[in-house]
Amino acid sequence: MSSASNTTVSTGGLPSRRNTELAMLVFAVVIPVFAYANVGLAKDETLPAGMLGYGLGLGLLAGVAHLVVRRYAPYADPLLLPIATLLNGLGLVLIWRLDQEPTITDPDFGGDGPMAANQLLWSTVGVALFLGTLMLLKDHRILQRYTYISMVVALALLVAPMVPGLGRQVHGARIWVALPGVGSLQPGEFAKIVIAVFFAGYLMVKRDALALASRRFMGLYLPRGRDMGPILVVWAVSLMILIFETDLGTSLLFFGVFIVMLYVATERTSWIVFGLLLSATGAVLVAQTSPHVGERVDNWLHPLALENDNVTETAQVMYSFGSGGLFGSGLGQGYSRLIGGIAPKSDYILATVGEELGLAGLMAVIILYGLLIERGMRTALAARDPFGKLLCVGLTGCFALQIFVVTGGVTGLIPLTGMTMPFLAQGGSSVIANWALIALLLRISDTARRPAPAPAPSLDAEQTQVVRA
Amino acid sequence: MNKPMRRVAVFCGLLILALLARVNWVQFVQADELQNDTHNRRVAIEMFAHPRGDIIVDGEPITGSVETEGSDFRYKRTYTDGAMWAPVTGYASQAFGSNLLENVEDPILTGDDDRLFFNNTIDMLTGEEPSGGNVVTTLNADAQRAAYEGLTNAGNGEAVRGAVAAMDPRTGAVLALASTPSYDPSDFAGNSEEDGEAWAAVQEENDPNNPMLNRALRETYPPGSTFKVVTAAAALENGLVDDVDEHTDTPVPYYLPDTDHQELSNETEGRCENASLRIALIDSCNSVFGNLSATLGNDTMQEMAEEFGYNQGDDLQIPVRVEESVYPDDNRPQNAMAGIGQASNRATPLQMAMVAAAVANNGTLMEPYMVDQLVAPNLNVIEQHEPREMSHPISAETAHELQSAMESVVNDGPPQSAQIDGVRVGGKTGTAQRGENNSEPPYAWFISYAMTDEGSPVAVAVVVEDAGVDRDTISGSGLAAPIAHDVMQAVLDSDN
Repeated sequence: MSSASNTTVSTGGLPSRRNTELAMLVFAVVIPVFAYANVGLAKDETLPAGMLGYGLGLGLLAGVAHLVVRRYAPYADPLLLPIATLLNGLGLVLIWRLDQEPTITDPDFGGDGPMAANQLLWSTVGVALFLGTLMLLKDHRILQRYTYISMVVALALLVAPMVPGLGRQVHGARIWVALPGVGSLQPGEFAKIVIAVFFAGYLMVKRDALALASRRFMGLYLPRGRDMGPILVVWAVSLMILIFETDLGTSLLFFGVFIVMLYVATERTSWIVFGLLLSATGAVLVAQTSPHVGERVDNWLHPLALENDNVTETAQVMYSFGSGGLFGSGLGQGYSRLIGGIAPKSDYILATVGEELGLAGLMAVIILYGLLIERGMRTALAARDPFGKLLCVGLTGCFALQIFVVTGGVTGLIPLTGMTMPFLAQGGSSVIANWALIALLLRISDTARRPAPAPAPSLDAEQTQVVRA
Repeated sequence: MNKPMRRVAVFCGLLILALLARVNWVQFVQADELQNDTHNRRVAIEMFAHPRGDIIVDGEPITGSVETEGSDFRYKRTYTDGAMWAPVTGYASQAFGSNLLENVEDPILTGDDDRLFFNNTIDMLTGEEPSGGNVVTTLNADAQRAAYEGLTNAGNGEAVRGAVAAMDPRTGAVLALASTPSYDPSDFAGNSEEDGEAWAAVQEENDPNNPMLNRALRETYPPGSTFKVVTAAAALENGLVDDVDEHTDTPVPYYLPDTDHQELSNETEGRCENASLRIALIDSCNSVFGNLSATLGNDTMQEMAEEFGYNQGDDLQIPVRVEESVYPDDNRPQNAMAGIGQASNRATPLQMAMVAAAVANNGTLMEPYMVDQLVAPNLNVIEQHEPREMSHPISAETAHELQSAMESVVNDGPPQSAQIDGVRVGGKTGTAQRGENNSEPPYAWFISYAMTDEGSPVAVAVVVEDAGVDRDTISGSGLAAPIAHDVMQAVLDSDN
């Protein structure tokens, strides 16, 4: 462990920063409330009726979360919770704003009715899970015990959408599981956390073997054949997800996170080269066999091309971004409804941000995500135990890759993958899983920043005192 | 572990930077291009986001805008007497675009015109809803109604294909532009399914009468005997005859030049041999004008036709484009036929109104126009049309000679139904043959002007394609002249 070089850790008592967090949380609640009022004024020229309830709800969630953090993770990073709250709040506003468009919500047009209320419910469940995680998981190292159970759970979650009768195909990707009475669930969102736990536990044990037992070949340290086994298994699973669930994003995410964690655990650049080679092979293989992926690539290369004389969703998204310009049309005054019913979902929610808040707003949102990632990376650096470091870098890396793949996909930097924008996009699984992810990051950062416990009173001193007495 | 971790952190930073660079590219560099892309529906939404300006006739709007529900487009165009005014307004449809005045004056009507910039800025600052400017036309509602109803009633209840164009010879101001059968642009102003059906129903492939065709401006017909006025003008101007009462040197039967005794026969024989221009116009002697045209030659005839407005390409815009009337290069027999308004000679109704107008205005042809003013939403006039001389095809003397002859046609000839008490009316009938060997019903034409002491306030051309009546009754004097009479009467009444 090379924590000696880490300057962010000191044994002295760090300020807990809870009051900073509270001040930030006030902004994180007030900004979405203003945004909510803005939409109402733009659409109906009145303050929306639900504004008070909405503000109170969001404020209550943030307040309770803050109190629990103050009690159970007093030294946790002060920025993570306000940023997550702000993004979640903005997401609720954007979904409510798109609820005002009958072409999106009206069942006559294929909509499912208003979605904001449900999203608030899911957010509440997410925050509850966040609180539960903080209260029950006193130390993240407990998770280390469940390394192999995590593997089984992760594989089960990943394979679930493929099970006939359980899995559902939506928008071309088979990443959904139907739960009777609850609705549908995206197990991939939860799998990303569980699999990070597994990778962290597994790599912590195997890192020495993977790092040291290698052969030198053309200037690179290549791993031994038997150490490559697990990598090939992960590679095969991610390819399977891609082929059978046609889910480009999830497979890219898992393989990417694995390579990152492997690199961090072993400090060997050769793993990255090896990983890139495997990814490239997989990508070429799939691009040539899967029509779904080929179509995505075509859309990416020609975003404005017509399909059967109709404007594609990809083109509508580009028009949204372009029409937003520098400062946007203002909340509630854009035409992102033209994207259709998918506008509040997965990656497309960013088009509404881009059109109505403009380049300025979209950059602010991206920077918020960047800040969240930066805080995660800082926590990983500060963590004192290898498992915590690996878990933290895994979770943050996963988050970062997801942000990149989603935002890059929707803005046409890379082909579209169809993953969900954490916190912003409509969808229960995503918001719940990401609140859990934030809880884990807070737990690790609390452990990292907690002052070292005072040394136990020396026995000798006690005795001396006894004598003196 | 920290060294690779720092590298991963830097890598994540680079990913975020790449995203920031990309959104700058899309929302700043590419923004204009994406904003104005033809497939970006926001462009059309903007067009109907505000109430459109109105097209005004006699101080009253003949268009309007209503707020609509359940569509991307907030406002929809409405029309008063849409079918009657369609050849003037054209249509502005959410689904099918626009044409005619709605299209040509679109920047003013939507309020996008640069000259409205100041106005729009004020609206933005005062929070007033922006709206478009108005287009004030020169049309005369009574004349338009007389023209439209005249055409509609000409077919004894059946749809008659025809057109009327009327203008003020003194200024060139267009007073009436009617075309039947017509369509109501209100029927497909929206973008619903019914609008789509209404649009499909008036397309040429579904309606052989082609109601969407603006016959007054965009259809050319052989002008028939009405063109004899131009041939007479050419003969007088070129000194072939000195006045309208001088005898011409015309044999009867007259054979077309360069042909093997192919006769150009007359409808009414008797007075045509060596007839004067006056008699030849009254009796519509083909032999006289065929002979004059042949003697003058193709070049001279072409020049005179061009002076009256022929062969202008797309240059004639009022500001709506007017289809070109043509008097092409041709051989001698064809040129002789063209001199009586047949063969390759083709003219729009507006063109023939211009011929009557030039004669009535003592030889000066004023450029026709139909937009008098463009008015900003705050009623400031941002453009005022000044009448312009277009050409000077004939001298005042020639014009007076022709006026005298054309007035004899109305007073002594068949189209006595065009006479109006208290004013001098000059006119010329025409019955243009069509179809091979005259197999289809002919076109009935009438051109005329009314002359008061203050000059001529109106010149009019009427064409009725196929009135669905017996062949014998199709004649300029029977079908077209009464319509011309009503239009002139309407203009004279509204002048008083």
